[in-house]
Amino acid sequence: MIKNISNLGDAALYCDFGNEVNKSINSQVIKYFKTIKEKKFEGINNLTPSYNKLIISYDLKKTNFKEVKNYVENINPEDSEDINSKKLEIPVCCHENLSMDIKRLEEILKLSREKILENFLNKEYFCYMTGFIAGMPFLGDLDENMRAQRLETPRVKVPKGSVALTEQFANIYTFESPGGWNILGNTPLDVFDSSKEDKPNLINPGDTVVFKEITLDQYKNYNE
Amino acid sequence: MSSNYLDIIRPGINTTFQDKGRDHLYHIGIPFSGAMDNRNYLIANKLVNNNLDSAVIEFAYQGPHIKYSGEKINFAITGDVIFSIKKKDTEIEGKCYESYQIENGDEINIISTNKSVYGYLALGGEFDLKFQWNSCSINTKANIGSNNGKKLDVGQRINLKKINSNKDIKKTNYINTKIENIRVIKGTNFDYFSEEGKKIFYEKEFTVSKLSDRMGMRLEGPKIDNIVNTNIKSEGLIKGVIQVPADGNPIIMLSDHGTIGGYPKIGVVASVDYDRLVQMSPGSKIKFKEINLSDAETLFKLYEMETQNLLSQI
Repeated sequence: MIKNISNLGDAALYCDFGNEVNKSINSQVIKYFKTIKEKKFEGINNLTPSYNKLIISYDLKKTNFKEVKNYVENINPEDSEDINSKKLEIPVCCHENLSMDIKRLEEILKLSREKILENFLNKEYFCYMTGFIAGMPFLGDLDENMRAQRLETPRVKVPKGSVALTEQFANIYTFESPGGWNILGNTPLDVFDSSKEDKPNLINPGDTVVFKEITLDQYKNYNE
Repeated sequence: MSSNYLDIIRPGINTTFQDKGRDHLYHIGIPFSGAMDNRNYLIANKLVNNNLDSAVIEFAYQGPHIKYSGEKINFAITGDVIFSIKKKDTEIEGKCYESYQIENGDEINIISTNKSVYGYLALGGEFDLKFQWNSCSINTKANIGSNNGKKLDVGQRINLKKINSNKDIKKTNYINTKIENIRVIKGTNFDYFSEEGKKIFYEKEFTVSKLSDRMGMRLEGPKIDNIVNTNIKSEGLIKGVIQVPADGNPIIMLSDHGTIGGYPKIGVVASVDYDRLVQMSPGSKIKFKEINLSDAETLFKLYEMETQNLLSQI
C-alpha cells in the first residue's frame, strides 16, 4: 500500500510504497498504476511506476495537488482487473564481439564466463518498470553472486540491443545511448517499436522474461 | 506533389518541429517533448491565425535559412531572435512578434537567438507531417515524431498541406522578461544534502553549462555535498526536477528528459518559471529561490492568465 504521498514540484504526486525493491511491493505499484490509468482522471497526464514509487503528473491548468491526492487516497486498487502479464523469451547472443564487459564481469564476480552465462540464462526475470529512453525494461532480480556495480566511467555509446547488468537488475538498451551498465550480450529483437503506437513495448511491467542464447550466425540472420 | 513548400538552405544547429507534445507515455519511457518555451510557441501560432496546437519550427542559437515556394503565406517569429527577410531585390531586418507575408521565392534567414536559447517560426498553414501519439514533436533521442525523429537537415524540402485563408497581419508588443531567480519547490531527497549543501543551493550562484540541450540543463558552481547516498533506487522524473549526481553539480530535467533516474532530487523548478528557465543560455547565472506548493500553484495560475490575456489581444 502507499506509505506516503507528497508533492514532486507543483505538478506531480510522489507516491511512496517503501524503500525495498521486491516483487510484492512492485506489484502494488503496478496495481495502482493500472487502476488509475484505466479510470482516466481529468487532468492526470502521466503515470510513472518504478520499483517502489509511483509518480503521477498532472496538468496544473486542470487540477492541483490537493484534488489528485484526494482522488488517489480514495482509490481501491483491488477493484481493478488482474494484471495481464505475459511470459516472454528474448534471444540473446553472447559472442565475445557482443559481450563487451564479460572480462570485467569475470573479474568482479570471480566466476568463469560459462558460469556467468549459466546463471544468467537459467533464470526468470520480472519486469519492474520500463523507461529512461523509450521501452527499456528494468528486469530483476539477479542472484547475489551476479551483482556488479556500474562502470566507473559510463560509455558514451552503448549499442542498440545490448543486454546489460547492474546490481540486481538486467536491462536491454532499446536505442544507442550513453550508459554505464555491464554489457553481457545483444538481442536482435526490437524491444521497442514506435510504429506500433498502441503497444510499442514488447516487455511491460509485470511481465516475466527468460533469455535464450543464440549463436552468432543465428543472431546475424535473425531479422532476415 | 505539394505546390507550397520550404527548402532548407541551412538547417541551423538544433532545428525541429514541435507542438504541444505528447502525454500518457512516461510509463513506457517517452517524455512530453513539445515546444520548450510554451508561451512563445502559442504566440507564434496566434500571430499567423493558426490553431494554437499547430506545429512550428523550433530552433536554438543559430536558426534555419529557408526558401519558400508557393502562393502567398504569412509567417511570424517569436522569442528574442535576429532574422532577415529576403525578397526579390531587398533584404529587410525582421522583427519578432509581427507577422509578415511572403511569396514565391522569398527567403527567411534566422541568424541567431539573442542572449536566449529557443525561437519559434510559425507559418500560417499546416505542415505535412507524420504524427506519432497525436504529436509531431521530434524527440531525437528516441527518433520519435515527424521527420523520422531527426533534426531538420540541409537540402530538405518541407511541404505544406494547407495555407490559411485568413492572411491578416498581426502584431503584439510582448517582451521576453529575463529572471535571475528561478523559483523551486523542495525536492523529495532534499534531506540527502548537508546543511552547508542546502545553503549553497539557495544562496549561491550557478552557471548554465554548455552541456545543455532539450533533455537537460547542466549547472556548474559550488559543489552540493550529499551526506546520505549519491544514488537512489531509480524512479520517475518530471520536467523541472533538479537532480544532483555524485559530482555535486545539479542537472535540471527538461522536456526531452529520460523518464527514470537514480540521482537524488534536491528540488523541482516551479511551473511558472519553466518557460524562462529554458531560455537561459550557457554562461547565464542562476540563483534558486524556495517557494512553497501553494505559492507555486497561485503563481502559475497568474502566469497562465497572463498568457491567455496576451493571446486574446492578438
